[in-house]
Amino acid sequence: MSARDNIFARIRAARAAAPNVDDAERAVIEGRIALHAVGTRPSMEWALVPRFREQCVRMSSTVDDVGSMADVPRAIARFLTGMNLPMRAVAWPEIARLDWNGTGVVVEGRAARGDDLVGITGVHLAVAETGTLMLLSGPATPAATSLLPETHIAVVPQGRIVKAMEEAWAQTRQERSELPRAVNFVSGPSRTADIEGQLQLGAHGPYRVHVVVVAE
Amino acid sequence: MGASSGARTMNAPAEGFKARAHDKLNDAKVQRAMRNFNLAGARARGIADLDNFEDIRTAAAAIRDRSLASLDLWLARFEQEATRRGTKVHWAETHADINRIVIEIARQTGVKKIIKSKSMVSEESHLNDALEAEGFKVVETDLGEYIVQLAGEKPSHIIAPAIHKTRDDVADLFAEHHKTPRKSDIGELTMEARKFLREHFLSGEMGISGGNFIIAETGSLLLVTNEGNGRMTTTLPRVHVAITGIEKVLPTLEDASCILRLLTRSATGQSISNYVTVNTGPKQPGDLDGPEEMHVIIVDAGRTKLLGTDMQEALRCIRCGACMNHCPVYQNIGGHAYGWVYPGPIGSVLTPNYIGIENAVDLPNAATLCNQCGVVCPVKIPLPDLMRKLREKQVDRGLRPWQERLGLKLWAWTAQRPGIYAFATKLAARLGRSIGGADRTIHRLPGNGWTEGRDMPAPKGKTFRELYAERKRS
Ligand code: SF4
Repeated sequence: MSARDNIFARIRAARAAAPNVDDAERAVIEGRIALHAVGTRPSMEWALVPRFREQCVRMSSTVDDVGSMADVPRAIARFLTGMNLPMRAVAWPEIARLDWNGTGVVVEGRAARGDDLVGITGVHLAVAETGTLMLLSGPATPAATSLLPETHIAVVPQGRIVKAMEEAWAQTRQERSELPRAVNFVSGPSRTADIEGQLQLGAHGPYRVHVVVVAE
Repeated sequence: MGASSGARTMNAPAEGFKARAHDKLNDAKVQRAMRNFNLAGARARGIADLDNFEDIRTAAAAIRDRSLASLDLWLARFEQEATRRGTKVHWAETHADINRIVIEIARQTGVKKIIKSKSMVSEESHLNDALEAEGFKVVETDLGEYIVQLAGEKPSHIIAPAIHKTRDDVADLFAEHHKTPRKSDIGELTMEARKFLREHFLSGEMGISGGNFIIAETGSLLLVTNEGNGRMTTTLPRVHVAITGIEKVLPTLEDASCILRLLTRSATGQSISNYVTVNTGPKQPGDLDGPEEMHVIIVDAGRTKLLGTDMQEALRCIRCGACMNHCPVYQNIGGHAYGWVYPGPIGSVLTPNYIGIENAVDLPNAATLCNQCGVVCPVKIPLPDLMRKLREKQVDRGLRPWQERLGLKLWAWTAQRPGIYAFATKLAARLGRSIGGADRTIHRLPGNGWTEGRDMPAPKGKTFRELYAERKRS
């Protein structure tokens, strides 16, 4: 018998089940999954967008608001200048395609490298409850863009903000046949408190996360 | 530069707890270091923003029980979905199996350098030692784990592995191993670790991670991290190997979402950790990043022994660390005194169960049964009850010292004889009062090591029986 068989046999013996699994048991499991039951949650009596903004700040992200996608390049240029950050960024193609002319920011749509300082991404969805960005990996949405650079800027269309993680899963199921390789929920800059419990931002991932909320 | 190889001490066995606890109690530095962390305070603030924390706790315990009740079915469902998505699923019956499987994958894929994000199961199997013995270079990347690896030690807390270290310890370690000028500012130390570890992330060929949960619905691995090392480890190297216990399976993504609300709040007080990563299979066609291979090793190594027994509830554990953060014994002696991977109350329950009750005789007794742990546990594991049951098993099997067994027998005998019992308690109370002295505190009982690190109030006034009798009369 293989290690797998032994482990399964021990589990079934421990719960006094017959050695072989029957279809009825499997049907119960599949039924439970198909329900996608949402468990007990705290009350969520807030408006989506203000809550999202407030929780982003709580997680040490900064937030900016713009009217439309066309305003995004200028808003990001303003942020980079104001923070004294490099005017050069690696970005997802959808962001690199925006009109960056005249902003002074050089944006390259390619995979991020270890020495890129600014990374700009969109989001799949955003979660209001916790101020969280939900990023899906894919050919046009590489995961490292939000991870390797010291500064991560995320462009969040207001209509993509959902209530909680459960809503994010439900909407993702509707929009896609299955999960991509990586789903990354990002809530503020990376951090550690491993030395004397003192909080430090920018452990291995970004030092700062800047969120640009787009009204339409 | 980097990790010392082969220098890590093997885990001391869980025997010898008393001697180690005694040393740690006298080690003022460890106690001072641990007081820098206030994880209990952070938790209290964290749960305050849930208006129905107790209801969510009940729901979370039910979710964990649902997993355990049909464990084989959920695991089979996970395996089926993970395999369909290109993940290779392995099964490890023993700790030796874990190491063998990882070494096989490392050989087959021709990797030399391995980066690790935190995996407690790999601590159970001494995986780093096994890999280094085979000539692989292993670098821990969680800052706390990295510090203990440089020191040639083991983690002393499951969430904050270097909780026993001060900034001065870290400054010395970094200066010695990085060959850089000594820094004592915590920000500068963190930055230096980032710089050195970034090199490792970019050159690591295999990433080894733990797994907070595996999801049956989607065949995914869920990781909760703050530093981002978990993301690096699962994104950059060309091979990713995750190691997790059989009990970590959750039916659905909704179940995971519910439990996450409690896990991060119970651990560090955060409403969510900075990163929650759900990995499903290797790099897909067209992807610019991600590993070419993804492996998940699912580990038994003693866990099935708890299933279907009065210890099963311990398998609900989601490794938040709250029970140790609230344990007066852990807070005084630190994690190393427990001698095996899991310290604190959950360690006192898991260790005897995983490695044998006779190999950890003192652990279930390393508690005051004050029930702080039972109150804070987010999945309602009745930790004091489980410790009490383990003590009973020890007594039944004659594993407790004869004095204690005799004591219990005497107590049972007198308790059945009210007259003698009343006399004995009265005598003990009077005696206690006289030992207590002016400050009414007993600092040390004659001939009893138990009181060395503890103070207790001397008994005041009359015994319960005397008071009860008086009340009844009046
Ligand atoms: S036993 Fe409970 S409190 Fe302790 S680590 Fe596990 S889940 Fe957390």
